[in-house]
Amino acid sequence: MLLLAALDGLAYGSLIFLVAVGLSLIFGVLGIVNVAHGSFYAIGAYVAAAGVLAISAAGLPTWLAFPTLLIAAALVGILVGGLVEIALLRRVYGKEEVLQLIVTFAVFMILEDAQKVVFGVQPYFANAPMNWLGTVEVFGIFYTTYQLILMPLVAAAVLLGLRFFLRRTSFGRAIVAVTQDREAATAMGIDAARVYLITFIIGASLAALGGALASATTSLTPGIGAGTLVLSFAVAATAGLGRIEGAAVAALLIGLGRSVAVYFAPEFDVLIPYLIMMLVLLVRPQGLFSTVQTRKV
Amino acid sequence: MKTMKLALAALAGTLLASSALAQDKPKELVVGIATFLSGPASVFGVPGRNAADLLIAEINAKGGVLGVPLKPVYVDEGAGTNQLLSEYRRVVQEQGAQVMLGAISSGSCNALAPVAEDLKVVNVMWDCGTQTIFEDGKWKYSVRTQAHAGAEMMATLLYLMKVKPDFKSVAVVNQDYAWGRESWALLQAGLKALKPDVKVVAELFPKFGAPDFSTEITRLSALRPDVVISTSWGGDLDTFVQQAAARGLLKQSTFVLPLAESSLERLGNVLPEGVIVGSRGDHYWLHPKYKSTPEMQSFVKAYKDKTGVYPIYPTFHMQQALTGLVKAYEKAGAGGKWPSKEEVIAAFEGLEFKSLTGTITIRGDHQGLEDQLLGTTKRVPDYPFAVYDKMALYPGKLVTTPLGEKSLDWFAKVKPDLVTDKSIETFDYAK
Repeated sequence: MLLLAALDGLAYGSLIFLVAVGLSLIFGVLGIVNVAHGSFYAIGAYVAAAGVLAISAAGLPTWLAFPTLLIAAALVGILVGGLVEIALLRRVYGKEEVLQLIVTFAVFMILEDAQKVVFGVQPYFANAPMNWLGTVEVFGIFYTTYQLILMPLVAAAVLLGLRFFLRRTSFGRAIVAVTQDREAATAMGIDAARVYLITFIIGASLAALGGALASATTSLTPGIGAGTLVLSFAVAATAGLGRIEGAAVAALLIGLGRSVAVYFAPEFDVLIPYLIMMLVLLVRPQGLFSTVQTRKV
Repeated sequence: MKTMKLALAALAGTLLASSALAQDKPKELVVGIATFLSGPASVFGVPGRNAADLLIAEINAKGGVLGVPLKPVYVDEGAGTNQLLSEYRRVVQEQGAQVMLGAISSGSCNALAPVAEDLKVVNVMWDCGTQTIFEDGKWKYSVRTQAHAGAEMMATLLYLMKVKPDFKSVAVVNQDYAWGRESWALLQAGLKALKPDVKVVAELFPKFGAPDFSTEITRLSALRPDVVISTSWGGDLDTFVQQAAARGLLKQSTFVLPLAESSLERLGNVLPEGVIVGSRGDHYWLHPKYKSTPEMQSFVKAYKDKTGVYPIYPTFHMQQALTGLVKAYEKAGAGGKWPSKEEVIAAFEGLEFKSLTGTITIRGDHQGLEDQLLGTTKRVPDYPFAVYDKMALYPGKLVTTPLGEKSLDWFAKVKPDLVTDKSIETFDYAK
């Protein structure tokens, strides 16, 4: 039973990780709690679903849906994320946190309505990629290959890719430098504005990738962004905002906790992510993986 | 001089009288309509608004109500209860609505009924299902033009007992809010009375709007209940069915989905044969008795032309709310004068009117009696989605909790002979 619950937790945690890690990255570098992150998830999902449905309607091979999911996520991250950063966010860097929250919340509300205008309110289904990959059997229980294998693989690839990018590439190191000390990094010739823009685009693309992957497993209705946003906040806060590896562990912890709850105490399944978050924050208010911040003089 | 004063007084009196008459019969009848225009429930609310726009245009094209055209004003239920209540008041007090159609959510209906009493406005509950509203309270100004959850769940139970009498275990996966909990409480009470040996192996209540049911599906796959019931609706139901189908669960257990009429077209080829489906009433655009009537064909065509999809039950609920309203005004205004709000509400009591499908009767407690249609899914070449087969039509009077009783108490004492009552009509799918 516990193994089955763990497998469900793995699939669920992988999806939440993708969204939460984008949120964490943006906070870690830009210092902004981005409420609009839920919209990037939702728009990524809708654009991906529209692409997959267009492929089906055109009678093209189903495997084309997989690159479509990636392209949709990148497009949403670059176009919508880039626009939001350039037009709005760079005006509020360094301002009061409450102002930043209001701005990103306003963006969230505007994008929610824009999404309804563009995609309507009818639920969207684009499950062809999930069905195409078929099922795998574990102890007599059938899982979809898409959820049990593909999504954790993508999540692992994103985690490793981000680690490599931030530690081994020059631009990644520039991001880390700006995170540590923007002024010093700028003095060393790093274009902080460019770092902020690209980081925001990467973060938004990760949220959109979460949505794009989820679009094959779920029906898309108005409001999907809000639910995922709240859960990814819980993951990011549990890990410690800005912690990438921590987000992976927290997502797995929360995914597993939820699955175990459905098995043994179904009435707690909605509560469990927040219960875990609360317990962690009571013991470690800065989150599971945060280190003590040094104060600049 | 005295004659002049008398003449002026007479003139003033005439003007006042004509002014009063003009007030009595308004230039337009403002109808406030509370429906979900935002949030996940807008998948039901917007079809309701689309139907209202279509039907009100038709009513007005025929001269309106007693010669007065209807003017809809929409209020978004998705903005939350507090906002809904203030908007509801504003539409009545500032925009002069004499009638309000509210609402979809049972929570909204519970909140609006006392406000309607306060404002003394005719309040037609056009879609909400909670059975408690007229069982626990008496509302003079509110009326419901469709069935309640009691009738819908009783018909579901009777149909399940009829088509799969030998089931031994059951699991439920309902949305975690009032509807999911209340509908299961009713079904469970009925199951205890009709089939006390049945084992409930899982009671799962994922949150409203949950995007992932994988864990629930794994658990059901492991438990292998004979019957899985879900009274979920909208995107939640679509997601659950989609994920369950992908993992073969729909073939492992008999699924009972009392609200699935509204998902058939969207689910396309995902929903297999053999799933028990219901319509929250007898709403079904392929209703075996009414699919060929000119009214149904005209409505289905107009709705499909406007929206690109077939009508689902909220659109039928809107149709019967507006039809009931027009009939109540006509009954109350039969003497030729424009009726007061009190006269309209009084006219609803005992009113019988034809919907696009069956006939609706409004009882003395302001609760509508409405037939219930259930069926089992079948795949046919005529449509790219599942249709109803092996249908059973339950008369509203048979499945609705008797006047003065509470549904939960009535369910607890239901007798098995109700399953085979002679008033139940049956039909198979026919092209």
